[in-house]
Formats: sequence, C-alpha cells, structure tokens
Amino acid sequence: MGNSVKLATILDIGAGALLAAATGLVFLYAPVEQVMGMVQKVFYFHVATAWVGLLSFIVAAVAGVIYLLGHKPDWDVVEMASVELGMVFLLIAIVSGSIWAKPIWNTWWTWDPRLTTVTVTELIYAAYLMLRSGIEEPERRARFGAVYAIIGFISVPLTFLSIRIFRTIHPVVVGNSDPSALGAFDVSPKMLQTFLFGLLAFTVVYAALLWHRIRLGKLAEKVERMRMER
Amino acid sequence: MLRDLEFQAAEGEFVAVLGPNGAGKTTFLRILASLARATLGEVRIAGYSLPRQAAAVRRRLGVVSHLPLLYGDLTAEENLRFYGRMYAVEQLERRIMVVLEQVGLVNRRRDLVRTFSRGMQQRLAIGRAVIHDPQVLLLDEPYTGLDQDASHMLDGVLRQVTGLGRTVVMTSHDLLRADALAGRFDVLSHGAMRASQRKADLGEGGVVEFYKEAVNR
Amino acid sequence: MTEGSYSTMPPTTSTAFLKAMTAVIWKDLAAEWRSREVISAMLVFALLVIFIFNFALQLDAQARAAVTSGVLWVTFIFAGTLGLSRSMAVEKDRGCLDGLLLAPVDRSAIYFGKMLANLVFMLATAIIVLPVYSVLYNTNLFNAGLALVILLGAEGYAAVGTLLASMAVQARTRDILLPILLFPVALPVLLAAVEASSGFLGGAAWAEVAPWINQLVVYDVIFTAAAFMVFDFVVEE
Repeated sequence: MGNSVKLATILDIGAGALLAAATGLVFLYAPVEQVMGMVQKVFYFHVATAWVGLLSFIVAAVAGVIYLLGHKPDWDVVEMASVELGMVFLLIAIVSGSIWAKPIWNTWWTWDPRLTTVTVTELIYAAYLMLRSGIEEPERRARFGAVYAIIGFISVPLTFLSIRIFRTIHPVVVGNSDPSALGAFDVSPKMLQTFLFGLLAFTVVYAALLWHRIRLGKLAEKVERMRMER
Repeated sequence: MLRDLEFQAAEGEFVAVLGPNGAGKTTFLRILASLARATLGEVRIAGYSLPRQAAAVRRRLGVVSHLPLLYGDLTAEENLRFYGRMYAVEQLERRIMVVLEQVGLVNRRRDLVRTFSRGMQQRLAIGRAVIHDPQVLLLDEPYTGLDQDASHMLDGVLRQVTGLGRTVVMTSHDLLRADALAGRFDVLSHGAMRASQRKADLGEGGVVEFYKEAVNR
Repeated sequence: MTEGSYSTMPPTTSTAFLKAMTAVIWKDLAAEWRSREVISAMLVFALLVIFIFNFALQLDAQARAAVTSGVLWVTFIFAGTLGLSRSMAVEKDRGCLDGLLLAPVDRSAIYFGKMLANLVFMLATAIIVLPVYSVLYNTNLFNAGLALVILLGAEGYAAVGTLLASMAVQARTRDILLPILLFPVALPVLLAAVEASSGFLGGAAWAEVAPWINQLVVYDVIFTAAAFMVFDFVVEE
C-alpha cells in the first residue's frame, strides 16, 4: 500500500505541476494569434481535453475486451473509471469549443464533424452510465458495460466519417468565414510547442485522476462484495 | 451464495434437494443446468464437464423450472415442435405425440398455451423437458402454484417420466411430495449441503425429522 | 432407453446452426402471426408519427418533398425500437430465454434468429407505411433504390438493436434504456439512410448516392459481425 500511495502522490504532484506549467506557457510563452486574439488560447485546452476524452474511450474499450476475456473485476473498474473521466473531459471540450466558436463565427454551435462526433461520444458515455445504473447484479453489470463500451467505441469512427461525408455534400456557411477551416490558423513553432505540452499535461492529469478513480472503484467493489458475503 | 458444495448423483437416482428459501437451491440447479457458472470448482454431467463441453451436456439435460418456458401464442404442439427442432430430435412428429400422451395433453395439442391452466402448462413444460429424451432431468420447485388436482396429475406424469433410468434432481420445499418420489434426500442450507440420506436409511421420523435436524445443525 | 436417443446432432454443425436459427425465426413469426402484437404496435405508432409530423411541421408540398426521407426514417427508427423491445421482452418475461439457452446450439444461432425475425418485422412495417405515406401526401414512394436503402438500413439497425435490446431487457429501466443505448450508436445508419433515400427519391445519379450505400454496407458488415461475436457475453453468465 505504501508504494502505490507514494506513486499516486508523485503522479498528483506531477500532474499539478505540468498543468500549471502548461497554463503558464499558454498565457506567457505562446504568442497571441493575430486574427482571433486572446480567444484563440482556448484552443489549447479545447483540443487537449477532447484528445483526453477520446483517449478515455480507447482505454475503456480495451479494458472492456480484457474484462470479457478474463472476467477480472479490476478491468471493469478501469473501464468505468475511464468512461466517467472521459465524460468530464469531453464536456470541458464541448463547452470550450462553444466559447471559441461564439466570437469567431458568432454562433454557439457548429455542426461540424469533430464537434458533433464528440457530442455523440458524450451521449454514448451517458448511455453507458445509465445502462450500468439499471442493473443490480455486479457481474452482469460489468459484462454489459464491457459490451456497450466496445460497441459504442466501434460506432464513433463510423459516425465521424458519415458526418464528414455529409458536410462535404452539404457545406454550411457559418457566420462569415468558412467553418471547414475550423482550427485553421497559422501555427508558429512556439504555438506548436505549447500545444504539444498541453496535450502532455492533460494526459498526465487524466492518468492521475484515473488512478484515483480506479482506487476508489476497487474499494467500493470490495465493500459491495463484503456486504454480499455477510 | 453457494460455498463448498459437493454433490453427486448416480445414474438413475432420484435426488430431492430440500432446503429453506434463499438457501441457494435455484442457484445450485442453474449451475447444473449450465445456465449459471460456478466461480470455483468443477461440474461434470454424464461424463462431460461444464462449461467447456456445454453443448454435449445440454443435449443430455432436460430442465423444468418454475417458469414454464413456453410460448403462450403457440399451440402445445408448436411449442414441442420448436424445442424438438432446437434439439434436433429425429422423427419429431411421432415423438411429439408420444410426449403429449405421456403428459396427458393430446386433446389440447392444438390449443394455445396461453389458454392453459398453470397445471397444464407445467405438464407441457415437462414434455418440453423430455422431448429429446435426456439422461438427466432437473426440476426446480415444479409444484409451485399448483392446486391439489394439478399436483396429483403432476405426480403421475413425473412418475412415468422419471421411471426410465433417468437421473433426476429435484429441488423442493414440499417435503411430502418429495418423499413420495425421491430415493434420496439432500439438504441445502445457507449455501452448503448439510446432509444427505437415502430414503431407505431414514429414521423413524422419516423425511420431516431428517430435514428438521439437518437444518438446525 | 439409450442416452438422448431421440436427439442426435445432424452431421455438420452448420446444419445444426441453420436448423436452430430457422426454428427461432419461425417461432417468432408464427407467434407474432397469432397475436399480431408487435406489428400492430409498430404500425399504429408509425402512422401516428407520420400524422403528427404533418401537423407539427405544417409544410407546403415542396418543403415536404425535402423532408420525406427524414420523416420516414425517424418513423422507422422509433417504430423499430418498439419492435425490438417487445421481441426481447417475450423471451425475458416467461423465462423463455433460458429455454433457448438450454438448447445445445451455438448462441449466435439464437442471435441471428432473433435478428432476422426483427428485420422481418421492420420490413413488414415499412411495406405498409410506404403506401400509406404515398397516399396521404400524394408522393410516389415506389422506388427500387428506396427499397434497397430500407433493406440495408433495417439490417444494420436490427443487428445492433437486437444485441442492445437483449441487454436493455435485463435492466430495471428497460423501456427507456433501449432508445438511449441505440440511437447514438445507430446515427451512421440514420444519416446514410436518409441521404441515400433523398437521393433516390430525387432521382439522383448512382455516383451521388453510392458513398451512402457504401456507408450502409460497411456499417452492416461491421456491426453484424461485432454483435454476433459479443452476443455470447450478453446471454451467458
């Protein structure tokens, strides 16, 4: 127990430090973009959280497969923890995307493929949690969760592709600039560095939170088992 | 939850598994029926092990649960035909008539199951369970919800159907009924087998005393 | 009497598979033919939805033409959910699912049997809804391309829907759970089907509609495969 607590603390401190450093880079190191101004800086957080949100799905789907193959409850905990975190990160991504869109295109929402797919993924996460909460037996809950995580994960790339094809056939002009240029601005080397560092920072934050959530999940599962054995 | 459970039945034995509610009798039977998986341990039926050789086991297994497992919108005949097909029974039509006769439902064979009384459904359920002539028959509280007449009929059907060298395991909380049919009694209580006794070796108090003593141990 | 003397497995397991699968399909269709519960629920619901669209959207003839495929597919999706739910509920309520699982057959035979029966229900609904819509809104929906789209779309929907319905039916919140689970995952089907339908109804060239048909085929293949591989885990403990 001592070692894992130490590791968790290191992870926490590391995550916090990286996040602080990333924020510092965003505001102090990266230049202000000439067309969009300060608002462009949302971009660093927006993409990083979206990336983590989608990474969570990969982790969840893989954990689901491993669980189905071996029936080890630990992997079920990993899966659920990842979905919960993914849900939070994607929500941040969606909201930050909205904040970015409003000043640029004068709209809170664009139906572009990436944003729409991210929202659909969020809905799948929510459906996943609703599925789990509707089942009493822990073993069945784990099995069904794993199945839906896998099915949901497979559907995401298909959804993205279909919306992309849709948008090339029905281009929508949003505001007075071309939304297919979403995310298109000239990226200087400093911006790129900040951007990549942001990705790293958020990934470490995700790992730290995942660790804690997994630990919490394992304890909860232990309690449930003890209660049933009484 | 079941723990530390050892159970054996020889070919042709009729074992009644008794026990209070919540003892785990249904779980126990579901594990034997290959519908649930034992977390630890081994299950072997007719020489085949679960879960690896599940198909071989299922072919030799017939199960009667307290739910009828019948389709209300189909006739008795059609229900048997469906299950017969699922078990790849040969000469199915002839077999269906034989089974209908055994369970006394020949006259009602073209009637929809949803018009059947509970007793009739249970009899048909037994027919469904033996359509493929299984070696082993598992019965989970088959008398639940039956009135006197229906229970009496069920007795007759069971005697007919189980007297042919079949191995039968029946869970029941009805001691007297079990006494009439079984050759051996096992008591399952709080997730473990507490006692096992052949009918011939029962003491003076018969099944009732044996059961009381086993449960209070 | 010798062991299981009346039950022998046919020479090849694929024959056993087909036999079991057709038995399940036949059983579902025969039971439905007697009670007509599922189909009538789907039909009434579908027709109600079409009516509601008319009053809710208040469209003129031209605008209506533009939304026809959307309205049709929303109708199919919602009615389809009803059918999927009911088809699985039958098995769960009388414990019949256990009866199916006791049989010495591959679980995927059960999956394909249920899936194909569900597909038949959806197609039967479509066969009735299309002429009714044509009459109500004075449009001609008799179009070979549209028929193809309906077939492909319904297959994909039924493939995922049967799997998810078999999970949803075992949950406490079973009635609302299926649409919540199914809709986000079925979006590619919906989108592709609506686009392809509009294309065919509008007389578009094959090259225009082809990407959507491809999309449907890809979805169908991927999800039918995924669903039947994963079905075992849903039904076996």
